[in-house]
Amino acid sequence: MPDSTVTIKGVKEGLLITLTPEEEWLSVTSDLAARIDGKSAFYAGAHVLLDVGTRPVRKDELGTVKALLERRGMTLFAVSSESETTIESATALDLRANHSAPVPASPSPAQVDALPFNPEEDGTLGVMIRRTLRSGRLVRSQGHVVIFGDVNAGAEIIAQGDVIVWGRLRGNVHAGCEGDDTAVVCALDMVPTQLRIANYIAVSPTDKRHKPKPEIALIRDNRIIVDAWGG
Amino acid sequence: MAANVGAGGAPTQGRKPARGAKVITVTSGKGGVGKTTTTANIGVAMAQLQKRVVLIDADIGLRNLDIVMGLENRIVYDLVDVVEGRCKLRQAMIKHKQFAELYLIPAAQTRDKTAVSPADMVKIADQLRPEFDFILIDCPAGIERGFRNAVAPADEVLIVTNPEVSAVRDADRIIGLLEAENKGPANLILNRVKPDMIRKGEMLSPEDVTDILAIKLIGIVPEDESVVSSSNAGTPLALQEGSRAGQAYRDIARRLMGENVPFMQLEESGGFLKRISRMFGGS
Repeated sequence: MPDSTVTIKGVKEGLLITLTPEEEWLSVTSDLAARIDGKSAFYAGAHVLLDVGTRPVRKDELGTVKALLERRGMTLFAVSSESETTIESATALDLRANHSAPVPASPSPAQVDALPFNPEEDGTLGVMIRRTLRSGRLVRSQGHVVIFGDVNAGAEIIAQGDVIVWGRLRGNVHAGCEGDDTAVVCALDMVPTQLRIANYIAVSPTDKRHKPKPEIALIRDNRIIVDAWGG
Repeated sequence: MAANVGAGGAPTQGRKPARGAKVITVTSGKGGVGKTTTTANIGVAMAQLQKRVVLIDADIGLRNLDIVMGLENRIVYDLVDVVEGRCKLRQAMIKHKQFAELYLIPAAQTRDKTAVSPADMVKIADQLRPEFDFILIDCPAGIERGFRNAVAPADEVLIVTNPEVSAVRDADRIIGLLEAENKGPANLILNRVKPDMIRKGEMLSPEDVTDILAIKLIGIVPEDESVVSSSNAGTPLALQEGSRAGQAYRDIARRLMGENVPFMQLEESGGFLKRISRMFGGS
C-alpha cells in the first residue's frame, strides 16, 4: 500500500506500525486510529513498535499516540526513528528507542514468489510459532495456527482456522472463531483448560492420570469430540 | 526491519556481559513465595564465601529487605534519593554488620515504583559493577513497572516459586515476559518444599514443576519454620549451621558462583528427591 500513510505488519516482537514522515502529524495519527478501529478486536493486546522515519516527534505528540494505542488495548514498547528529537522523546517516555536505517521502499520479492502456487496452497493464511507459549501469551490469527512447542495453561490461541500443537496443549484454544465448525484442534497431548470450536465449548476430563497421546478435536453431531489423531 | 529492533539506543537490550559484577535479579510474579528471603540468604551466603556483594531492594513503597537483613535502623538514604540526586550512591549503601563487603541499597518506603525507571536501574548497576562480584536485585511482585525496573539491568534472572499451581502459573508468565525481552538465562528456585506432602501426592514435585516451566532448576529449599524467626530477627538463615533451608541457600550461592554442588537429600531414606538430585547432575 504505497499510498497509505499508515502501514501495519506483524514482526517478531509484535506489531510494526510505520507512519509516513510526509503527511501532517494530526492526519497521520487520525488515520492510525481509524485503521485500528476498523479491526479493533484483532489488534487488541498487541505490542507495538512505532517507526516514524525521519519525522521529529515531540514528547507530547508521542505521548498522545501512546495513549491512543493504550485506549485500544495495545502497548507501545519501542520507537524507531532517524530523528534525534524522536529518540529523545521516546527515551523520556521510557520506551525503547532505536535509530532506524532508512527502509527500502519496496522489499525485493522472495524467490519463492516466482514459482506458481498450487490452488490449495494459494491464499492460505497461517502462523507458525516455534516456541512454548507461556501463561499470558495470546496468539490470534485470521488463518491457521501451528505451535511447535507446548501451550501452557494461561496461554490462549484464537484462530479463524485450525490449531495444531506439536506439544502439550494445556491452555485455552478457540479454532474456527468466526463460526467455521469444520475447524479442528490437534495436539500431541490434549489437556486444554478449555477448548472451543466455532460456537462449541468443551473442557478436559478431570482425571489427572492420563497417558499422553496425539488427539484431534472436532465437531460431530453438534458437539466437540476428541479422537485419536492419525490412529 | 525486525533486525533493527533493539540494535540502537535501548539501554536494556542486547547488552554484552559487562566486566565486573554479575547482576542477578530475583523475581517470581506472585507475591509471598520468598523472593526477599531468597535474596537475603543468597547475599549473606556469597558474602560468607568472600564475595563482594550489593543487595538492591527494588520494591519501592513496600521495602522489606532491610528488615530481613537486620539493617532497618541504619537507613539514611535510599534508592530514590540516589536516583533523584539527593545523595551519592555510596551514601545509600549500608554495610552489613558482619561482612565488610556486603552492602544493601534500601528501597524508599514513602514513594512508589514510578520514582525509578529501568534506565535508572541500569545506570546504578553499571556504577556498581566494577567494585563488586555480585549485585542481587530483589524484585517486587507483579509484572508492572517495578518488575521492569528490577530486570532491566539483569545479566541473569532467578525465578522463585513454590510447589503450588498458582505460583507456578505466575512463574510461567514471568518466564514468558523475560523471553520476550531476551533476558536470560532464567534459573529456578523451588522454595518451601515439603517432602512428606509430595510423597503423599498432595504437592507438586520438583519434576512436575520443571516439566511445566522447562527451565534449569538451581535449588530446592525445604520448608523450614526457622525462616520466619530468622527473618524477624534480621539474621538470614544461611548464617546458621544445621538448618537445612540455610544449607540449601548456601548451595544455591555456590552454584551461582559456578561450582557444581550436588543437590542435597531432603529425606533421610532417599525418596524422590534423591532421584531429582541425580536428574540434575548431583552425584
